[in-house]
Parts: sequence; C-alpha cells; structure tokens
Amino acid sequence: MIRFSKVFKAFTKDSLALKDISFRIARGEFVFFTGHSGAGKSTVLRLIYADEPPTSGTVWVLGSHMHEVSRREIAGLRRRMGIVFQDFRLLEERTAEENVAFALEVTGARHNAISPKVMRVLTQVGLAAKAHAYPRELSGGEQQRVAIARALVNDPVVIIADEPTGNLDERATRGVVQLLRDINAMGTAVIMATHDLSIVRPTSYRTVELQDGAIVFDSGEGQVPMTSGA
Amino acid sequence: MRLTVREALRSFRRAPVLSLLAVTTIGFALFVLGLFGLVALNLRATLSGLAERVEIVLYVTRGTPVEIVTIAIGDIQAFPEVDEVEYVTEDQALERARQELTEFQGVYSDLETNPLPASLEIRLKPGFRDNEHVTAVAERLQGFRFAEDVRYGGDWVEKLDRLRSIAAAVGLVIGAAFGAAAVIIIGTTIRMTVLARGREIQLMRLVGATDGFIRRPFLLEGAIKGALGGALALVLNYVAYAAVSRALFEAAFFSAGQAAAFLLFGTLLGLAASAASVNRHLPAT
Ligand SMILES: Nc1ncnc2c1ncn2[C@@H]1O[C@H](COP(=O)(O)OP(=O)(O)O)[C@@H](O)[C@H]1O
Ligand SMILES: [Mg+2]
Repeated sequence: MIRFSKVFKAFTKDSLALKDISFRIARGEFVFFTGHSGAGKSTVLRLIYADEPPTSGTVWVLGSHMHEVSRREIAGLRRRMGIVFQDFRLLEERTAEENVAFALEVTGARHNAISPKVMRVLTQVGLAAKAHAYPRELSGGEQQRVAIARALVNDPVVIIADEPTGNLDERATRGVVQLLRDINAMGTAVIMATHDLSIVRPTSYRTVELQDGAIVFDSGEGQVPMTSGA
Repeated sequence: MRLTVREALRSFRRAPVLSLLAVTTIGFALFVLGLFGLVALNLRATLSGLAERVEIVLYVTRGTPVEIVTIAIGDIQAFPEVDEVEYVTEDQALERARQELTEFQGVYSDLETNPLPASLEIRLKPGFRDNEHVTAVAERLQGFRFAEDVRYGGDWVEKLDRLRSIAAAVGLVIGAAFGAAAVIIIGTTIRMTVLARGREIQLMRLVGATDGFIRRPFLLEGAIKGALGGALALVLNYVAYAAVSRALFEAAFFSAGQAAAFLLFGTLLGLAASAASVNRHLPAT
C-alpha cells in the first residue's frame, strides 16, 4: 500500500530531515512512528499524503509514484486517506456535522448522500448527540473525534494521524487511541506518529522509531498483534 | 455546488464595502463605455439617415435639348455607384421652390421667366455613400458638356463620421481606465478572501478537493460582481438616455441583444479578473 525506498528529504541545503528511509506498510496495518520531537515523524507522514515531495528516493502510495503525481492525482489520493492532526483543524464557524460534511462537499458528493454518511461516522466516533455543537462547545477529545469522523467519512484506505493525542489529557488520549484501534479492526490501515511511548508500549502494533531523520528501529512488517491490551 | 454558491455569497458578507466598491467600479466602467456606445449608436443612426439623403446635383445648362439629357440619364444610371437618377425640369424646380421657400412665394409667382435651371439629382447605392465615391462620381459628371455645375455635400458627412470614431475611442479609453480599476479591486477582494479562508482552503486540499473546485467560488464571486456591475451600468445608461430623450431629442437605446451583450461583457470582466487573481493568490499546498 505504501512503500518508501531510500528516501531522503532536505528542507534546507545543509540539513536532512529524512535520511535513507525505507519501509513498506501493508493494507490494514497499524503502525506507530515514534521518536523525539524533530526526529522526522511529521515529515514521513507529509511525504505520504503528498504535502511534500521526496528530495531523492522513491515513495509509492496507493499505487502512485509520488515523484510524478499531478495535483489532480494528489486530490484523488487524499480522498482515499483520512488525515488527522494534533490541532484538530476544525472550522470554528461550522458545527461538528458541518465539519464532517465539509470533507464530502468539497469532493463534489451528491447533496442527499451527505447527511446519512455524516451521521454514520459521527455515531461511529460516539458523537451523534453533539452533531450540532460548534468546536468551541466541545472538549479536546470530542473535537479530535469530530476530526476523526471527518477523516473517516470518505471511507479511506488509511488513516494518517500526526500526534492526534498531543493536545489531549490522559483520558481523552485513551479514548482516541481506542477509537483508532476500532477503526483499524474494521480493516482501515492506521499510521500514527507520536512521541508518547506510554501509548505505544501497551500495544503490540508495529513500531518504527526515528532519530534525527533515520530509522533506528522497526519492529517489523505485517506483524501480527500478540497482545490486545489497551 | 451548494458549497460553491454559499462560499461565493459569503465573501460578500465578509467584505461588503469592498464588494460594493468592486460592483460600482465595474458599473461605472461599463456605464462610461455604454454612454459612448450610445453616442456612437445615435450618431450612426443619424448619419445613416443623412447618408441616405446624400445626393449629387447636376445643374443642366440652359437650352440643352431634352433628348441629350435623357441619353445622359441612361449613361449615368449605368454607373456602378449610382442607385437612381431623377430629372427635375425647370418648371418642377420652380414648383418646388414655391412650396419649400414660402417666404419667397411672392417673388416666384411674380417672375416672368423661370430663373431656375433644370437638374439631375443622383443618389448613390448604400455602399458608395462616402466622400471618396461621391467625389469620384461628381468628377465624372463634370465631364458632361451640358453640366453647368455639379454640387455635393459629402464633407460634413465625413466629419460626423470622424466624430463618431473619436467618441468611440474616448469611451474606450475612459472605460478601460475604470475597467482596470475594477480588476484591481476585484483582485484585492479575492486576496482578502483567500487570506480569510486560508485555513479552510488548506483543509479543502487535505481532504482531496481539486484546484478547480477550490477556485470555483472565487470565479463565481467575480462573475456575480461583474454581472451586477453590468446591470448597474445598464440602469445608469438608461437614466442618461431617458434624460436626453426628454430634454433634448428623441434618442435611441440599446437593443435587447446589445443590452444582453453588455451584461455578458460585465460578467466576463468579473470572471477574468477573479481568475487572474485567484491563480496568483491561492496558496500552493
Ligand atoms: N518546512 C520545513 N522547513 C524546514 N525545516 C523543516 C520543515 N519541516 C520540518 N523541518 C525540519 O525537519 C526535521 C524533522 O521535522 P518533523 O518531521 O516535523 O519532526 P517530528 O514530527 O518528528 O517532530 C526537523 O529538524 C525540522 O526542523
Ligand atoms: Mg511532528
């Protein structure tokens, strides 16, 4: 589904954000990218969702070679991904429901197909009752659930989450991680970057550790979960 | 589609003053253009009326036999430029003079001999009613031996024609200046909207909106402003037309087709301005 081969990324002339990165991620997999701040986690994810091109090496995502994709193809790829951020990125002047519907509207979905889909994902993230609430009326954990619902509404192949629990307290963190695990259990791949090892440790998901832009540890491809503790 | 319309309308609420300014500048640009268009339109109507009346008059030397004149009429009728030739006899000339020049009726009725010469009135075909052709035909007519004098009045037709070109050019220049101002204002509104919606546009990209989709509300916004400007200009032009018609003379207004073209032009102007601006201001990612 996703493959990096000898990928380098330089934002400036004299420093490398990513050095010789190679890995594969299979459909349905759950992968953590870990490492200290500045290790290159976000950069890996940005290369996956084509926010940046690689400086050298090859990146394949969902069958596309990221060196030569057109802007139109990028738009198409992003409809098959759901992207979640630390800061939620909800639109303040829209309700939870409208924020989720936004992802369908901008892809030109038929108007009467939108509402049922939106309610389905809001129910899936446990926020059906707060569909009409504005972001400022929701807790951090709830806002992130809305963002996850928005990521889910296009039935993505993969959810890409960059520090999704970075702004959340411990309880909300557990809830969001559990939600992502449930989503993964239904077949959607999840790629999550986090520096919080207390999230990663109790799980048996594959973990790729970055340090100064290089992979220093990869617990292995297509690993079968051995424990199922939260 | 709904999103496109909603976003396009939202920008009017976000920047009402600037939007109004954009609409009024487009309106004034097109108003000025339209005003000179009306001037040109009315001049042309007047000119074509005058042009129809353009004729060359050949005064026949007294004593010329009627047969000679008749043969000459046949020759003149064969000129490619000539539409019709009318023979006005001396008596007819006198009769006309009596009718038209009522002040001198007494003078003419007292005359014992008719002082007026017979004449040929020559009218040219529509495509030849300009100064150049009139002069050429007049010169040829001078070649007839019985031609005492040949008169024509093409000069002032040409002057009016030149006036019409000048009016059109002046209108174009002033209209273009206003048009440029309108384009700049539309550009500014769009830059503001892009800034105000920066987060949203970024998010649209992240959830897979195409560039075309992201641009659409801006284009619609520009087109709406252009159409409103065009409508404003039409209203102003109509007011000007009505005022002139009432106070000065019976003028002509745009036909329905011309008015529609006017609106379309405004719409395209707004669309083009926003297209140019949105390409420049949309963030790349
Ligand atoms: N847009 C950018 N311009 C310049 N340097 C950048 C940019 N984005 C990231 N970097 C650099 O790349 C490195 C990796 O950053 P990042 O991928 O954000 O790390 P992480 O997400 O693991 O904290 C850092 O040294 C960071 O300063
Ligand atoms: Mg990061």
